[in-house]
Amino acid sequence: MILHSFLLFYEKGLQTENTVEDEMEMATVRHRPEALELLEAQSKFTKKELQILYRGFKNECPSGVVNEETFKEIYSQFFPQGDSTTYAHFLFNAFDTDHNGSVSFEDFVMGLSILLRGTVQEKLNWAFNLYDINKDGYITKEEMLDIMKAIYDMMGKCTYPVLKEDTPRQHVETFFQKMDKNKDGVVTIDEFIESCQKDENIMRSMQLFENVI
Amino acid sequence: MAAGVAAWLPFARAAAIGWMPVANCPMPLAPTEKNKRQDELIILNVSGRRFQTWRTTLERYPDTLLGSTEKEFFFNEDTKEYFFDRDPEVFRCILNFYRTGKLHYPRYECISAYDEELAFYGILPEIIGDCCYEEYKDRKRENAERLMDDNDSENNQEGSMPSLSFRQTMWRAFENPHTSTLALVFYYVTGFFIAVSVITNVVETVPCGTVPGNKELPCGERYAVAFFCLDTACVMIFTVEYLLRLFAAPSRYRFIRSVMSIIDVVAIMPYYIGLVMTNNEDVSGAFVTLRVFRVFRIFKFSRHSQGLRILGYTLKSCASELGFLLFSLTMAIIIFATVMFYAEKGSSASKFTSIPASFWYTIVTMTTLGYGDMVPKTIAGKIFGSICSLSGVLVIALPVPVIVSNFSRIYHQNQRADKRRAQKKARLARIRVAKTGSSNAYLHSKRNGLLNEALELTNHEFIDEQLFEQNCMESSMQNYPSSRSPSLSSHHGLTTSCCSRRHKKTTHLPNSSVPATRLRSMQELSTIHIQCSEQPSLTTSRSSLNMKSDDGLRPNCKAAQITTAIISIPTPPALTPEGESRPPPSSPGHSTNISTTTTSNIVKVSAL
Repeated sequence: MILHSFLLFYEKGLQTENTVEDEMEMATVRHRPEALELLEAQSKFTKKELQILYRGFKNECPSGVVNEETFKEIYSQFFPQGDSTTYAHFLFNAFDTDHNGSVSFEDFVMGLSILLRGTVQEKLNWAFNLYDINKDGYITKEEMLDIMKAIYDMMGKCTYPVLKEDTPRQHVETFFQKMDKNKDGVVTIDEFIESCQKDENIMRSMQLFENVI
Repeated sequence: MAAGVAAWLPFARAAAIGWMPVANCPMPLAPTEKNKRQDELIILNVSGRRFQTWRTTLERYPDTLLGSTEKEFFFNEDTKEYFFDRDPEVFRCILNFYRTGKLHYPRYECISAYDEELAFYGILPEIIGDCCYEEYKDRKRENAERLMDDNDSENNQEGSMPSLSFRQTMWRAFENPHTSTLALVFYYVTGFFIAVSVITNVVETVPCGTVPGNKELPCGERYAVAFFCLDTACVMIFTVEYLLRLFAAPSRYRFIRSVMSIIDVVAIMPYYIGLVMTNNEDVSGAFVTLRVFRVFRIFKFSRHSQGLRILGYTLKSCASELGFLLFSLTMAIIIFATVMFYAEKGSSASKFTSIPASFWYTIVTMTTLGYGDMVPKTIAGKIFGSICSLSGVLVIALPVPVIVSNFSRIYHQNQRADKRRAQKKARLARIRVAKTGSSNAYLHSKRNGLLNEALELTNHEFIDEQLFEQNCMESSMQNYPSSRSPSLSSHHGLTTSCCSRRHKKTTHLPNSSVPATRLRSMQELSTIHIQCSEQPSLTTSRSSLNMKSDDGLRPNCKAAQITTAIISIPTPPALTPEGESRPPPSSPGHSTNISTTTTSNIVKVSAL
């Protein structure tokens, strides 16, 4: 009797061990993206471009998904002089559309497709999404300030002219003056898109992303 | 890392959208990549094994062979691939470097082969990743040491070093006594005198016999003069040796600072100081102390004993372990001395009068000596005393294995170096034997090669090296007209120096005057060839010709048939190349004018 229960207990212990191992294995299981044709249909890239993108993606992240740490690392290699982690964090949240903490290749491709091949409307939409940190549909001054600080951090300390402490704040004020039409302290998506479309500089800049790949 | 990250560049550029709406001025144009080629696969054929990769992968590192235009030199038009005649195993690692950005060093690979491959492909070894870098550095260091050892031993065994100055020869003699007999003699003489000096110092203090007055005298005072003479002799030898070494040293300053020279100085200084000082009572105390330094002469033996040197080197390399041992011992001594002092304070007539006085007890106990001159009497004292002795064993036992293993490693390294040197000698001897055996086969192959054609063009002949030397010796020794080649002597003569033959192209050959060899035969052949070209009318039906000569002569000789018969039968059959000394073909009815002797190579020429 005792032996029987002991054996049961032992087996259970083993089983839990197995499940732990299984979980560990699950964590390292590779994520495989959808078929190439599907992605080609969904995004605006050609097959070849997708191939090149995937090769680069897979090289950097063999497991098939990017988590935030890797994302920040990659991004910081492009901007070695400053601290780009905050901005990378916001970017990551913008790419991670389903908010599961990791960016898969599909997310990556969809995001890039919008940014590089999308219409101006889509791009502006995406930018709004980036600025709206808590994704509630409104950009508040605090959110804007965070974003601004992140951008300035990324540029680093060695800029000319030298950045002062309240440069971000001033920048935010300018931005809100331009964007906030009804002066209610928040910027909605429509206000944002409207104001951007009126601004020539922004429009011109948006055109430049066509042939980045 | 940069390699793979480059693929994310479009993403980084795209992310710039984030700061656009907040920018004050329009974005500048992104720099366009000129000459953007469509990515293509290229094939790298390394000794038959085909590797394929993207062109952009290789172009990640433009300052290497594969990443730059240098690889175009290896492009094979027919197969449209890049062919490298190198090791495919190592190439795998190198290609992985391009792919992943990390260069690994495989442990099974030989370090020098790997280095060569890296050098060929233009990759710096410093790029090796951290995972493999230590291994790489260790093996490289080992290899360098080994090479240095080998070089040293080679240099020592080289017979005649070109133009060594007297000073350098002396220094070499001092450092390595096996270079010449004189050095060996010097080595043993100094060794003997070191031994004599040390024994004298020891015997000096032994009491030998009594003097009237019932006083036991040490031998040193009884036979003072004798000992003084011995001492003087030894010190003179040491002084001379030191001065000679100082003279011969390549860097005097460095020599003075070296340990051995300091030992030498310390060994002989007391004598000179003693000479200078008088028998003044005040300084005699110091004088006596100085004599203690004479014992340092024993350290001069370290030049003679490798084991001693290794011991010294080990101690030097284990300095940190020794330091740790000392430090921990000191700590333990102080702790236990304090404890024992306070534990024994209560007991009467305790020997533990102070803490420093307890140091002696602690040391004696911790090293498990246990003289017994100081013994705890209280119970507490005994308890702590036992703890002290137990911990002493532990503390001392800890660093000792490290020192021992260091010593063993260095000692074995030295043994290995000696063994390797001996093995190398044996190996070279075997190689030499194998080489002479296969050299004949090589010669045969050379016969039909380009070398022959070249020599033919210059009317020379390729002969075996040994035979060549033999010829040179013979020609220098003998110089008499030969009566066996009348036809030749009537026309030409051969020079006596065959050595010069190889360097001159002649058309007129002087009189033959030495027993002929194959070289001679060739020369005579040339002579005859010339003869034949001058007398084309001579024809003969029979001729046994050297095939080679046939080939060589035909283009030059107008005559359809060459009228000479040359038979050369060299005596050692092993050196006989078949093409050269073929006996006349078995055509019946040949009567050849051959006169051969077994002792010398004679060429009989008959011109018909």
